[in-house]
Amino acid sequence: MRPDFLRSERLPNIWCPGCGNGIVLHALLEAIDQLQLDPDKVVLVSGIGCSSRAPAYTAFDNVHTLHGRAIPVATGIKLANPDLTVIVVTGDGDGSAIGGNHLIHAARRDVDITVVVFNNYNYGMTGGQASPLTPSTSITTTTPNGNLDRPFDLVKLAAGAGATYAARSGIYFTRHLIDHLKKAITHDGFSLVDAVAQCPTYFGRFNKKGSAGQMVTSQKDWMVLKSVAEKRTPEELVGKIIIGEFVNIERRTPASAGAPKEQA
Amino acid sequence: MPEKKTFKITHNRNWCKNCGICVAVCPKKVYEIDRNDRHAIINPQDCIGCQMCVEHCPDFALTVEEVKNE
Repeated sequence: MRPDFLRSERLPNIWCPGCGNGIVLHALLEAIDQLQLDPDKVVLVSGIGCSSRAPAYTAFDNVHTLHGRAIPVATGIKLANPDLTVIVVTGDGDGSAIGGNHLIHAARRDVDITVVVFNNYNYGMTGGQASPLTPSTSITTTTPNGNLDRPFDLVKLAAGAGATYAARSGIYFTRHLIDHLKKAITHDGFSLVDAVAQCPTYFGRFNKKGSAGQMVTSQKDWMVLKSVAEKRTPEELVGKIIIGEFVNIERRTPASAGAPKEQA
Repeated sequence: MPEKKTFKITHNRNWCKNCGICVAVCPKKVYEIDRNDRHAIINPQDCIGCQMCVEHCPDFALTVEEVKNE
């Protein structure tokens, strides 16, 4: 990662000690560096939340917009400036609950933006409330006896809504995460990367997941690569999360097929 | 036998929050959280330059560079 991608005068960041958001941001900056994108042609758009603080620490152009409304703003930026690389940095609550409708409709329209979901399984900034991605039976501030609801599978949601690229990765597997971020950024069409991070302050403490270091390294135990998972029986995959690339297809909307590639 | 590579670990004390993720991910036990709950580099000579700590540091506080012996 190039050090000049960071606004060092804004650091140290506001995140709690051991927050996984910094690791995802590091991977995102590394992916942008490895792709050798022009820093002046990259725009990061974020909503509200812990994860949405991330663009403020980068030297790229960024918009810190309303809660859940990062994707509409990113759509507008992309439509007005098609040569820009637009990346939406969002959290699990910001992206799937408050901005959930925008997410599925951006996927349906196949807007050429990349959505990176910093998934820490709860609303960290407001005190650890349950989000739509909180796993069943997990304890949060609003579900003290265990979450009764089923969580979204964000990758399947995006795929069902028509996203042409959807992948999931975890912060322990940084090289895997960087690879999939690179593929998502270069992908022509709507791409979503579900980056599973951790919240040691709320989710980890309530559910007795141990220290930040234990939460990061334990991803080895409950994450399974997609290629490995295909050989396993469903009983062996109970309680595991499958990481890898789930959708990678050519975009095929009538608009993209009929539109001229270069406008004079 | 090729000479053992040496690596220079730079630690930014102002950005580090002593979270201990580098201690958990380091395969060679280079780091430690000391008695004062502060990050400490105890075995820098064991570093193999795998960059695990650099990639997992949420606070961008660590860099590991190979020392080139001319």
